[in-house]
Amino acid sequence: MTGRREIGAPILEVEDVSLAFGGVVALQGVSFDVREHEIRAIIGPNGAGKSSMLNVINGVYRPQRGSVAFKGRRHRKVDPYEAAKAGIARTFQNIALFRGMSVLDNLMTGRCLKMRRNVLEQALYLGPARSEELEHREKVEAVIDFLEIQHVRRTPVGRLPYGLQKRVELGRALAAEPDLLLLDEPMAGMNLEEKQDMSRFILDVNDQMGATIVLIEHDMGVVMDLSDRVVVLDYGRKIADGTPEEVRKNPRVIDAYLGVAH
Amino acid sequence: MQFFFEVLIGGLLAGVMYSLVALGFVLIYKASGVFNFAQGSMVFFAALTTVGFVSMGAPLWAAAGLALAVMALLALATERVVLRPLVNQPQITLFMATIGLSFFIDGVAQLAWGANVRALDLGIADEPIDWLMDHTGLNISKFDLVASGIAAGLVTLLAVFFNRTRTGRALRAVADDHQAALAVGISLQRIWVIVWMTAGFVALVTGLLWGARNGVQFALTFLALKALPVLILGGFESITGAIVGGLIVGASEKLAEVYIGPHVGGGIESWFPYVLALAFLLVRPEGLFGERRIDRV
Amino acid sequence: MLYREAGQFKTDYAADQQLFPIRQDRFAIIALFVIAFVGVPLAALMPGLSGAIDFNYWFNGVLIPFLIFSLAALGLNILTGYAGLLSLGTGAFMAVGAFAAYNFELRVPGMPMLLSFALAGCVAAAVGIVFGLPSLRIRGFYLAVATLAAQFFVVWALTKFSWFSNYSTSGVITAQKIVVFGYAVDTPVERYLLILAIVCVMALAAKNMVRGAVGRAWMAVRDMDVAAEVVGIPIMKTKLLAFAVSSFYCGVAGALYAFAYLGTVEPAGFELDLSFRILFMIIIGGAGSILGSFLGAAFIVLLPIFLDLSANAIERSFGLALPSGLVSNLTLIIFGALIVFFLAVEPLGLARLWQIAKEKLRLWPFPH
Repeated sequence: MTGRREIGAPILEVEDVSLAFGGVVALQGVSFDVREHEIRAIIGPNGAGKSSMLNVINGVYRPQRGSVAFKGRRHRKVDPYEAAKAGIARTFQNIALFRGMSVLDNLMTGRCLKMRRNVLEQALYLGPARSEELEHREKVEAVIDFLEIQHVRRTPVGRLPYGLQKRVELGRALAAEPDLLLLDEPMAGMNLEEKQDMSRFILDVNDQMGATIVLIEHDMGVVMDLSDRVVVLDYGRKIADGTPEEVRKNPRVIDAYLGVAH
Repeated sequence: MQFFFEVLIGGLLAGVMYSLVALGFVLIYKASGVFNFAQGSMVFFAALTTVGFVSMGAPLWAAAGLALAVMALLALATERVVLRPLVNQPQITLFMATIGLSFFIDGVAQLAWGANVRALDLGIADEPIDWLMDHTGLNISKFDLVASGIAAGLVTLLAVFFNRTRTGRALRAVADDHQAALAVGISLQRIWVIVWMTAGFVALVTGLLWGARNGVQFALTFLALKALPVLILGGFESITGAIVGGLIVGASEKLAEVYIGPHVGGGIESWFPYVLALAFLLVRPEGLFGERRIDRV
Repeated sequence: MLYREAGQFKTDYAADQQLFPIRQDRFAIIALFVIAFVGVPLAALMPGLSGAIDFNYWFNGVLIPFLIFSLAALGLNILTGYAGLLSLGTGAFMAVGAFAAYNFELRVPGMPMLLSFALAGCVAAAVGIVFGLPSLRIRGFYLAVATLAAQFFVVWALTKFSWFSNYSTSGVITAQKIVVFGYAVDTPVERYLLILAIVCVMALAAKNMVRGAVGRAWMAVRDMDVAAEVVGIPIMKTKLLAFAVSSFYCGVAGALYAFAYLGTVEPAGFELDLSFRILFMIIIGGAGSILGSFLGAAFIVLLPIFLDLSANAIERSFGLALPSGLVSNLTLIIFGALIVFFLAVEPLGLARLWQIAKEKLRLWPFPH
């Protein structure tokens, strides 16, 4: 953990967000901030509203109340396209890869906002479109190297094992060179070795690419090791907010979630 | 004013026929989530088979009975050859498979019975009802009235079947949730065969009525297409919706043709129902009686 | 053994991005072009051969419709195969192209024919965008309803408003003679070469598009549009672009259909069964594959001819008189059965089977 970037001012501010689906309340008056370059974990029992919180941040859900400010711009409703343009990328709990495409193509879609050539130029594939395609191919190959998935780059993602698919999804998010990376249970369903690999990748992303990371995770060991600060949700409310050590000792958190100390 | 009523009632009665076709679709969609494009072909095949047996000398009731048996066999074959191999595929794949099925049935029907237009005589005259004509001046044919009566009877029969019998309950369970139905021991395959046989029966009734009206011809196949706007308006899963949707489509089609048609050269019946359906889809995609779906990410 | 890639290394991404990275493929495709552009016309013009083989029949009845349908199948494949938007309105867009080209030629003096074709494609693209607008709110097979509306409405409009057909009865139009750069394109060979050139150029453009950013956007929208939006793909633009490009291709195909194949067309010739035919081509040939469009078109064009020839041969050799309509009904039956078969067994169609064959060929003579 040497050479960590300096944690800066808040880059994301969630203010008093409330979200409900019909009669079901997902979030109630949640507020917290995320500082630049930090790794922030969101934890809580199942159904606490963690995924909903991520969905609100990148615009997939619209909260009934409250707002989210990213890089100083405050919004209540933003659509996912705008969020992507602003520099937010994410992964999903139930892998949201494009099954019909290869790993390489999936990662290339992550670069789409940076590609400017129009359809006619692409159809001709001479000069400008060609060099743009090759330029972004190089960037994507850097991500492929980083995640060590060269051997499957042409495989359709639907055929990959679960652990590799999760890595590819991370790759697609990284290909966008995001400022804020939202990871929804990146280690779900992984064994110990895969978790170690994924943890290493996440730390490296934070170190080398300087991305701010918000991650939802159930494995307490991972959360304590990786994160700088933690937010704890329970039944849609925030019940604790602080460093991993502070949160671990918080009696409300223990009641709601950790149960017996191990 | 009287003219308006005549057109309206004419449209409603035509709509009853559409409802019958839509009914077949709803049955299959309710139980298996498949939009059966081949329903129109089934109507054609059922009618043609009946007429074929009649022309071989069988009395009408026997011919219809034989045709029903043939439709049952068709249902069995369809479940085995089309539905089972495609069991987990997305809706759109199953829809395309039923397009293939419809072509297959059309080919077999014409191969077996020839491609000529056949007349079908059910013994009900297509004449105006004198009593009604004399008292109200309205021109409504006996045939239409009988057809409406049969449709009403069929709907009642199906409603009773769905709501009061064990099999009907199983059908509703399968329509709701395949996995849960399997979990309580309902055999999906058996249910599907039953549903397709029922749809075959509805197709036979529809085919006989339409065939008596318009002659048994290949164009019957394209009834499937007319059913689409009916289902969109009424909702894909609702029997009531099929009836109401059919009536609305029938009535609006005729009224549009009579009142808007002359201004644009006529013939708007060919596309008016689809544009109507399109408008509906944009405003209320689940139809008047359908269920709202909420997708979770 | 023959198809090994051993020794063919790519040392930069440009080489890896080539259309035909394997040398054997390059040879094969060049050979194919030589045969198509040079070999076939030469054979047709050779006096000895043209006595023995009825080249006019092969051009007019096989090669030309195959090429035109391949182009239309390409268009539909872009919309339905790549972008996942089911369309039953292909016939309508072809009709728009045919009638637009006819009207450009008729009403604009001195209009170059190729430009008419291109503009006809653009008109079809505009119509495509209009009927594609519902796709922003409707998905899956409900979208088929919108395209059905397009199919019925367009055919009706072209028949009813006789301005489109220069006031002829029932909307029949006779396409003008094709003149390209002052040279009359009349004979079957000439028409074949013109169509071949157009199709090759447009197929190449299509291949470039589907391999590039726009193709990836289409496939992303097809596979999971929520995720596509999150990644930053503009959904509305992508869907409308799919309709536009697809309709452009169908429009040009329609113009060629009228001008270089049938000569005389009417709106009723572009009805729903044409749309189904082209849908079958992409289901059997392979949805989401450029090669698949060609394979499917070839199959659908050749199967009825094959059945016809077989029926004739059987009649002759056994002295039977087969019932009329046997072939057309058998065609329906076989098409229907094949659709179900392909959807169940190999949803990616003949193109995928071809790919599997090539993979096996790489290992041949070893089994794995």
